[in-house]
Amino acid sequence: MKQIRIGFIPLLDCAALVAAVEQGFTAAEGLDVRLVRETSWANIRDRLIVGHFDAAHLLGPMAVASSLGVGHLKAPLIAPFSLGLGGNAITASIPLWDRMKAEGAALGAGPHTQGKALARVVESRARSGLEPLTFGMVYPFSCHNYQLRYWLAAVGIDPDRDVRLVVIPPPFLADAMRTAQIDGFCVGEPWSSVAVDAGVGNIIATTTSIWPLSPEKVVGCRAQWAQDNAEQLDALIRALYRAALWCEDPANHADLAHMLGAARYVGARTNLIQNALGNRLPLTAGATPVSIPDFHFMARHHATFPWVSHALWFYSQMLRWRQIEVAVDDITVVRNTYRPDIYRRALAPLKIELPASDTKIERFFDEGIFIP
Amino acid sequence: MNEPSLRILLVDQNAERAAILEEGLREAGCRDITVVREMHNLMRRIVDADPDVIFIDLENPNRDVLEQMFQVSRSVRRPIAMFVDQADTESIHAAVESGVGAYVVDGLRKERVKTILDTAVSHFNTFNRLREQLERANQALEERKVVERAKGILMKERGFNEAEAYSLLRTAAMNENRRIVDVARSVVLAAGLLK
Repeated sequence: MKQIRIGFIPLLDCAALVAAVEQGFTAAEGLDVRLVRETSWANIRDRLIVGHFDAAHLLGPMAVASSLGVGHLKAPLIAPFSLGLGGNAITASIPLWDRMKAEGAALGAGPHTQGKALARVVESRARSGLEPLTFGMVYPFSCHNYQLRYWLAAVGIDPDRDVRLVVIPPPFLADAMRTAQIDGFCVGEPWSSVAVDAGVGNIIATTTSIWPLSPEKVVGCRAQWAQDNAEQLDALIRALYRAALWCEDPANHADLAHMLGAARYVGARTNLIQNALGNRLPLTAGATPVSIPDFHFMARHHATFPWVSHALWFYSQMLRWRQIEVAVDDITVVRNTYRPDIYRRALAPLKIELPASDTKIERFFDEGIFIP
Repeated sequence: MNEPSLRILLVDQNAERAAILEEGLREAGCRDITVVREMHNLMRRIVDADPDVIFIDLENPNRDVLEQMFQVSRSVRRPIAMFVDQADTESIHAAVESGVGAYVVDGLRKERVKTILDTAVSHFNTFNRLREQLERANQALEERKVVERAKGILMKERGFNEAEAYSLLRTAAMNENRRIVDVARSVVLAAGLLK
């Protein structure tokens, strides 16, 4: 059978892809999968579109943006599988944290408390005529960008006027914080833990505290490839589904952490990865990692199901933050990017319980509700 | 004829490769080339250079940073990643294959861009070949060193002369269907363990 080439970025949520190959779930489906580590999301997108990759670890909003043709030319991608829910955290530099603490923030406090403290810091900087704070995130069309913006806006900080948002690749965030290029960032694990471990920042919020069961990466592929290789794609989805279950089982976390720690995959310290896999995060350097049970879901709560409501929420944020103008046909394109129908078709032989609907109502920490 | 030279911005952290590409583009008649090797003040440099075409090496994780700058900034003309409607698919494949990403501002004629892109690709490939040759040369050197060490160990521990030591390695390699250097590595490794 033809080899399937899959690109990925060194982040914890590539776990199901790595385990699918390393634990033989893809081989059991008769698939020959080659994983290729990439250095940027733009490369992943381009190599997917020109056909160097058949599928890829992809930012959910990136699949939508590509199908819509925002940010670059239009190339229809689909997302038939979600690589888990949650898993992002927001980290503040130590100097910023000290200011926030003086304004009422506390380690482990909720997003309201932290957000209000941050808003007061932002206000007082503006009054003193200081430069606005700078926050790092990973890509303009990413959940990190939208989740960070949602939280900032909800606590009264205008993400475009009151702070600066810049893109920095995940492995560079801790260094950028150490050299005071950024005051905070929002990223997937293990890169928050790495920054905390290095003593340059404290974790101030998880994005699942802002939006429980919030979406993250997907496995994406070209719409045309999915159509031409339906059997292979279905087999891949089954392998990934089994791999996600394997990844979530605490009994496998030591093995998985070891696997992911290798330089050819994530390349970070095994103990940090293992803690993150077990939903334990160090909030500050030297402290015992805190258990945050709802931080990251790899399989539970239908974490691998590609909810169409997620795609629609991304689109709503593209509009909200003026990345895109309203166009009549766009909603259809957005809906057709997330493909629960393919997920259902692929997993039908497994006779597992699947969600009754393709969309759901999303609820946020500030009582905001998104009704698709 | 006599169209104004296109302004080109080249973002590459590798000084040698940047030099090769810059030279190639100059030979192809491009006179206005800005090379950026570090990301510091990138936005300022883009604004100053006001490029028509931007090249970036695909090994550079800062490519995502560059894309965001195009997204948010009102002060640069917004270039878009190069795809099929600006050049033929083959050129794009060749570009990605050789490790170069290209951004082009709207409204440039396809033929003009294609010539420049092809020049960039061919010089990236030149660099790739040079790098491969260097890697192969280094590897050959390293392998020769391992074989020398293994021979030395056999000569010292077993009292072979050099020809006998080499012959033993070669026979073992042939019998086990391995390369001589792999057998030599095992010898060196084993000697280290037995010390």
